[in-house]
Amino acid sequence: MNTIQGKVWKFGDDIDTDAIIPARYLNTSDPSELAKHCMEDADTGFAGKVKAGDIMVAGKNFGCGSSREHAPIAIKAAGVACVIAPTFARIFYRNAFNTGLLILESAEAAAAIEAGHEVAINSTTGTIDDLTSGQQFKAQPIPDFMQKLIDDGGLMEHWRKRLAS
Amino acid sequence: MAQTITEKILAFHAGLDEVEPGQLIEAKVDIALANDVTAPIAIAEFEKLGVEKVFDDERVLLIPDHFTPNKDIKSAEQSKILRDFAKQQGLKNYFEIGRVGIEHVLLPEQGLVLPGDLIVGADSHTCTYGALGAFATGVGSTDLAAAMATGKVWFKVPETIKVVYHGKPAPWVEGKDLILHTIGILKVDGALYQALEMMGETIDTLPMYGRMSMANMAIEAGAKNGIIAPDEITLDYVRSRAQRDYTLFASDPDAVYCKTIEIDASAIRPQVAYPPLPDKSRSVDQAAADKIEIDQVVIGSCTNGRIEDFRLAASLLKGRKAAPYMRLLIIPGTQDVYRQMIKEGLTEIFIDAEALISPPTCGPCLGGHMGILAAGERAVATTNRNFVGRMGHPESEVYLSNPAVAAASAILGRIATPEEVV
Repeated sequence: MNTIQGKVWKFGDDIDTDAIIPARYLNTSDPSELAKHCMEDADTGFAGKVKAGDIMVAGKNFGCGSSREHAPIAIKAAGVACVIAPTFARIFYRNAFNTGLLILESAEAAAAIEAGHEVAINSTTGTIDDLTSGQQFKAQPIPDFMQKLIDDGGLMEHWRKRLAS
Repeated sequence: MAQTITEKILAFHAGLDEVEPGQLIEAKVDIALANDVTAPIAIAEFEKLGVEKVFDDERVLLIPDHFTPNKDIKSAEQSKILRDFAKQQGLKNYFEIGRVGIEHVLLPEQGLVLPGDLIVGADSHTCTYGALGAFATGVGSTDLAAAMATGKVWFKVPETIKVVYHGKPAPWVEGKDLILHTIGILKVDGALYQALEMMGETIDTLPMYGRMSMANMAIEAGAKNGIIAPDEITLDYVRSRAQRDYTLFASDPDAVYCKTIEIDASAIRPQVAYPPLPDKSRSVDQAAADKIEIDQVVIGSCTNGRIEDFRLAASLLKGRKAAPYMRLLIIPGTQDVYRQMIKEGLTEIFIDAEALISPPTCGPCLGGHMGILAAGERAVATTNRNFVGRMGHPESEVYLSNPAVAAASAILGRIATPEEVV
């Protein structure tokens, strides 16, 4: 299943990891606990409003700040199926792949897609369809090495295979 | 081919003669570290991998510093995961309460991170060790788990931005101010995926604590690492502390940089970064003119929790008191810093000033514990982040500064210049 379809929640530039999951909740790493507070300081009540399969569209430098892997874990556990942004902070970018949260880079899609739009994403081709506006976008291709890690089932599976051989 | 210091360290650890920006490498790590927030996830991932032992029981470091002394049951459970794992693995460098300090103050002090090292830490401020001439970068818990198990990590070799500082800083201008000013130029994503190499005559005479403040905040411009080539100042710091051999690297004179920024350090005033981003830096004179009343001052953190930082704060607080209703928190970065504060009479100055001295902890810097802000409150902090809700309620505010500005502000109850006090 490579197609995702959901409602868009929109956020601004430089959404930091404290906005994604405030550090005051980092006394646990339980995904369901973290999910309850996802995006709390950026959009109070987000965790109660977001539905499984919904999509986040944000501005540049998404996930800046801390290295906390709790950030992509919280987003994923809140039900968000994909995050689209023009750029991601580099530690968040790696963490998203390592925790299995789909993220796509597209400045055009991030600028054009509005809150509440219904969007369909083909994660294999990186095609983003704004079903509300009828516009289509193409995300930046995933780097080859990252794709290889994904094909292997993620970083730990990649290592598990290597260490077993 | 001419190489930058970052490229040389990465090539060395990848077993290659040279590397170029964009190249993917698998590199050996010298040190892999995590704290009580990030290690529990890393340990869970490590255990899923089915590996019995960490790659090296002297080079996997666990530092429970964020929610310690544990503030509640949940955080105690988190710390217990680290303790149990350290016992089971026989880790030589696990730091219990009483030995622990703020990781990025503690590890350089103890000589556990050294020039030429490749260091990954499940903490974004791991970049601090670039001040020693190491390649050090923050990673997530899963990347760290793989490094703990294999001693290896993959990297894309970054391009390097060169920042050259000229001139002698004015009185009260610290490394903290140089980096806040630099982040103000670069903005919070200005060095995304890139290395930030800092050099020039200003850096040549900048003491280690100031260099550590600078490398510490490279991440606030989005950088993969911040780095300063090791010199005599570095060696003076490292020689007596190093617990193993180390290697000195330096950029070739004709190394290629993607961008060069020249900064006249003599023209910079102490900086204050306004909420909610570290790149909103302005001169302290502007901040003082804005008459910003404050409720709390925090002096400490991995950015400014070293003995020199407290000497600076004490030089202003001596014989003076925190303003009425002001909460002034002093957080020594390590037990050694604390001991030195006592020896030099700084603790007495702080107590006389009606400051509260906290044990070493990250505590309020990340809004964890030990000094949380209520709605509508404002703090001046010598920490590194002023994001929304960083020190407490989402409607509280954090202004970032050096320890002198923080001390002056504590005395006057509003953001103030050091000159207003002395």
